[in-house]
Amino acid sequence: MAAGFKTVEPLEYYRRFLKENCRPDGRELGEFRTTTVNIGSISTADGSALVKLGNTTVICGVKAEFAAPPTDAPDKGYVVPNVDLPPLCSSRFRSGPPGEEAQVASQFIADVIENSQIIQKEDLCISPGKLAWVLYCDLICLDYDGNILDACTFALLAALKNVQLPEVTINEETALAEVNLKKKSYLNIRTHPVATSFAVFDDTLLIVDPTGEEEHLATGTLTIVMDEEGKLCCLHKPGGSGLTGAKLQDCMSRAVTRHKEVKKLMDEVIKSIKPK
Amino acid sequence: MEEEMHTDAKIRAETGAGSSPRGPGCSLRHFACEQNLLSRPDGSASFLQGDTSVLAGVYGPAEVKVSKEIFNKATLEVILRPKIGLPGVAEKSRERLIRNTCEAVVLGTLHPRTSITVVLQVVSDAGSLLACCLNAACMALVDAGVPMRALFCGVTCALDSDGTLVLDPTSKQEKEARAVLTFAVDNVERKLLMSSTKGLFSDAELQQCLAATQAASQHVFRFYRESLQRRYSKS
Repeated sequence: MAAGFKTVEPLEYYRRFLKENCRPDGRELGEFRTTTVNIGSISTADGSALVKLGNTTVICGVKAEFAAPPTDAPDKGYVVPNVDLPPLCSSRFRSGPPGEEAQVASQFIADVIENSQIIQKEDLCISPGKLAWVLYCDLICLDYDGNILDACTFALLAALKNVQLPEVTINEETALAEVNLKKKSYLNIRTHPVATSFAVFDDTLLIVDPTGEEEHLATGTLTIVMDEEGKLCCLHKPGGSGLTGAKLQDCMSRAVTRHKEVKKLMDEVIKSIKPK
Repeated sequence: MEEEMHTDAKIRAETGAGSSPRGPGCSLRHFACEQNLLSRPDGSASFLQGDTSVLAGVYGPAEVKVSKEIFNKATLEVILRPKIGLPGVAEKSRERLIRNTCEAVVLGTLHPRTSITVVLQVVSDAGSLLACCLNAACMALVDAGVPMRALFCGVTCALDSDGTLVLDPTSKQEKEARAVLTFAVDNVERKLLMSSTKGLFSDAELQQCLAATQAASQHVFRFYRESLQRRYSKS
């Protein structure tokens, strides 16, 4: 009977739960889904991570290649993110060129990398003006159940922490690069940006970590990306119902606690694989 | 044929400092708005902020493709064309921001199974582009007579390295700033509709920017009102 009501009046069905301050999957309004992370699963990539946020699954693979640095910044390398939402993850995506959702997510990840200065681009330079690293970060969603931005940001951070770059020296006589695959070093990750997404319901209620259905019923969304000093890298609110200053403050405090949770999880995972 | 209304307004906040036209603190650049300048779209507007200029055209409510129709509301579409080159991923991201902001204020339920298309063309970019696009879109929607529950405006704040706030920055100020924040505010409840940020900033600075935005939006809304009053009082 409940299933029938849910199909006919999804919003009303949802409101019944929200009145009791909980959600259909049993979570409270401020509770995140179970987060699991797996690092280094793709052996052919220089760094990889798989993040599961409830059912939402995103895998990130980082490949490093050589490139000539840009002429206006000869001592910088590149970090090129790309988010792919294949038809595998949800019935609403078709195969073909990236749809709007994928493009917006790619732009969001590019902005997070740029704003948070997670990697100093100068660290990626091998020889100024001649050779630099370019890190291609490919994020692929395997299962779309809402809150794709949080999962992508976390996957990117975990994968970048896992990246090991070989040592490169330029042979002066031949002017060719010599790669020493035996000597690898980790990237210098300067900050740890963590994203927290909220969905706005009926212009008043804020819930954390929306699932796919909740995102569909919501009247607005908000994503806050914070680093460990409490500085904001991104306050992404793509339209939707208005928010007052007080509500924003509540979101900030929730984002701070989420950052701590994610950082703890990351540190545990890194510790578990470091002794190699 | 409706007369074109060219309205100028030089806006300066009461708390602005100094005699220079752009003193440190809260002062917006020179605004200008022209409506009904294109003959084909149902509504059009050109919005100027300093040297930044955006031309907007609105078609709607019009017929919608069956694949895109929503049974109980209007389908809103935003197309943003940059000044040079083909639209890319950044334009798609901005289109999503503008579209969601418009969806929050347009009364789509009055025109179900129709489409409302907003086309924005960047004529010149001298800083605060997203805010100018939002203002042009709002004025064009008003010119087209699309029912809305509130008007909205865009305001850009830039924070430079020592934390000074500059409203409505020029491209040079944006490049040198540590953080650039763009907000969209509605005029009925003054709530934050849209926010897009670039760079690092703290929570306290965010509150400062929001307060400055609220003050600046008062001026923009007053400019909208004066501009429309002048247009309709003549004819």
